[in-house]
Amino acid sequence: MSNAPLLEVEHLSMHFGGLVAIGDLSFIAHEREITAIIGPNGAGKTTVFNCLTGFYKPTVGRLTLHHPSGKRYLERMDGFQIPRNSGVARTFQNIRLFPQMTVLENLVVAQHNMLMKASVFSLAGLIGLSRYRNAEKEAVDLAKYWLDKVGMLDKADWDAGNLPYGDQRRLEIARSMCVEPCLLCLDEPAAGLNPKESHELNELLMHIRDSHKIGLLLIEHDMNVVMEISDHVVVLDYGRKIADGTPEEVRNDPSVIKAYLGEEELPEEVARDLGVGQGDDDDA
Amino acid sequence: MASGKGLNIIEIVKDSALTAFVIAALALPFAGFRLADSPTGLSIDPRLNWVGYAAAIAFFGRLVLNIAQGTFLPKLSESFSIGSGHMGQAVQRYMFWIGLVLIVFAIALPFMPFSSRYVLDLMIVLLIYVMLGWGLNIVVGLAGLLDLGYVAFYAVGAYSYALLATHFGLSFWICLPLAGIFAATFGIILGFPVLRLRGDYLAIVTLGFGEIIRVVLLNWYTLTNGPDGISGIPRPSLFGFMEFTRRPKEGQVAFHQYFDIPYSTEHRFIFWYFLILVLALFTNFVAMRLRRLPVGRAWEALREDEIACRSLGINPTNTKLSAFALGAMFAGFAGSFFATRQGFISPESFTFIESAIILAIVVLGGMGSQVGVVIAAFVLVLVPELIRELQEYRMLAFGGVMVLIMVWRPRGILSFREPTMRLYPDKGRGDES
Repeated sequence: MSNAPLLEVEHLSMHFGGLVAIGDLSFIAHEREITAIIGPNGAGKTTVFNCLTGFYKPTVGRLTLHHPSGKRYLERMDGFQIPRNSGVARTFQNIRLFPQMTVLENLVVAQHNMLMKASVFSLAGLIGLSRYRNAEKEAVDLAKYWLDKVGMLDKADWDAGNLPYGDQRRLEIARSMCVEPCLLCLDEPAAGLNPKESHELNELLMHIRDSHKIGLLLIEHDMNVVMEISDHVVVLDYGRKIADGTPEEVRNDPSVIKAYLGEEELPEEVARDLGVGQGDDDDA
Repeated sequence: MASGKGLNIIEIVKDSALTAFVIAALALPFAGFRLADSPTGLSIDPRLNWVGYAAAIAFFGRLVLNIAQGTFLPKLSESFSIGSGHMGQAVQRYMFWIGLVLIVFAIALPFMPFSSRYVLDLMIVLLIYVMLGWGLNIVVGLAGLLDLGYVAFYAVGAYSYALLATHFGLSFWICLPLAGIFAATFGIILGFPVLRLRGDYLAIVTLGFGEIIRVVLLNWYTLTNGPDGISGIPRPSLFGFMEFTRRPKEGQVAFHQYFDIPYSTEHRFIFWYFLILVLALFTNFVAMRLRRLPVGRAWEALREDEIACRSLGINPTNTKLSAFALGAMFAGFAGSFFATRQGFISPESFTFIESAIILAIVVLGGMGSQVGVVIAAFVLVLVPELIRELQEYRMLAFGGVMVLIMVWRPRGILSFREPTMRLYPDKGRGDES
């Protein structure tokens, strides 16, 4: 744990009426690390993401983001301010692209705030100032960089809705990277991918972590992905943290085994393959 | 039914004969007898030849339809209607030239031999609707906010000009931007409460807003003169110094005197025509330009997925309000033009049917398509005018045309979305071929 902390979650609770979706959750995610949040269905993983990205207001708790330009308290911000001012980007469990817009447009829309500033709320663009043209060129260059990274440069002019499923997943990651975040939250990025695509995804996520020096938060059911790429794993069950540590530690933690598979003692091979059969159902 | 692949003549004739028989059976009681006045009271005249006509029409109609279905109709519909529009795509490819030809034609129109006061008047009405369609296209086509009360902003623009001009004597050229600003303000006022709504719910609230404006105009007698309307709205002058009157006021020069040409009432129509043409083209220019700018892309993204927009740091509130405000502003411009052309306005001009027609123009034209709006406006404004001979069947035919368009092209006449930017501009769309 040599890296500086990036996100500190302290005593986060989220209640829906009488239902406790998250109860007193605390953990730390570090820069340049992949932190995986795992847990059985309905454990509250996506709810944590929704609190972090402003879709829900937490009932209790502090979410501190150590942004390069200072501390940000995410629980105080509106949804759209979090990606804009704090650099927290996310993807969704059920892909949310702009299906009738092209791949390139999807990536340029992600740079909306930069372009709005450069074009003085589009006014400079309206009268055709070069200042906006340059900004737009930069935006296209960034989009091209990420398209190249996800191997979709040749599909830049496709409608996003016409892409194959695996490409849509990768495009969503590329789009959130175009926000230039310092923390990227990925909600089940490997869901529905075949083993080859899943392997490519691992490479991409590790590239993002290593070359872009940002922190990644990952919700994932595919234990192969989790164990292979994550540096740190947080396990939730019924909204509470039951384990926190390196993949090795978590894998052997009896309470994790219990949460996933029930009371019995299990042989180690089974424990190693934990959660492979968990599928990719909803868990909000 | 012989609607299959090949042509089976016997099947077709059988099917047509069956149709004719059904029609004849139905026609016998409906059209086969007629009550006639006879000296002894009422009697029934048989009118079997009518039944024969009906059966013959049904037989041949069915025959032609069956043959058409077996031969050219499927191909026709394939090339013309089904799919998101090969036609749209072809039109899109030559869009620039089509637009240029249309504009040149529009500029030359008043000087054409067939041009008359009537033609110009019709074109002015058409252009008002085109302009309103282009304005509403920002709200509905780009931002995806279904607005059924668009005419409210048109009314605000018209009344702003009428009141400012009659009470304070401000000239048209000062009132025009003011009317736009007022209408935009109302757009924002409407925008705030409906920010959370989408689709059907939004449509209902905007419908209510449109009615509120109309009812206020109707009842606020001291300001708006209620149902009596405002009359004597001043005509615009050519940039404030040349009037289109036979005898100008003291110290002013009229248009015909300045250019030393005989006075003609047509000058004023030509001026109006060009004025609304410029206003409409300005609307089009701004809308097309904004589409390729960050705010326009944000509108489209908002139409596609609002949650994804928020996750990318786009402020949905401001984005929606800007769409409402801009759409309303153009309606305000159009409204003040309407007021100055009519010289008299009353709440009757701003009823729900106007909103419905403007929305129909946008939807029939193909959401977001600018040339589509022009074509749809042509259809919806000129068709009722051209089929005046049909008299009471006019609105029936009008409705029929709308139904036909929607059956043929369910996504509008031109429903092809041109990307706002391409990485490979020379190549076609990779996913289409």
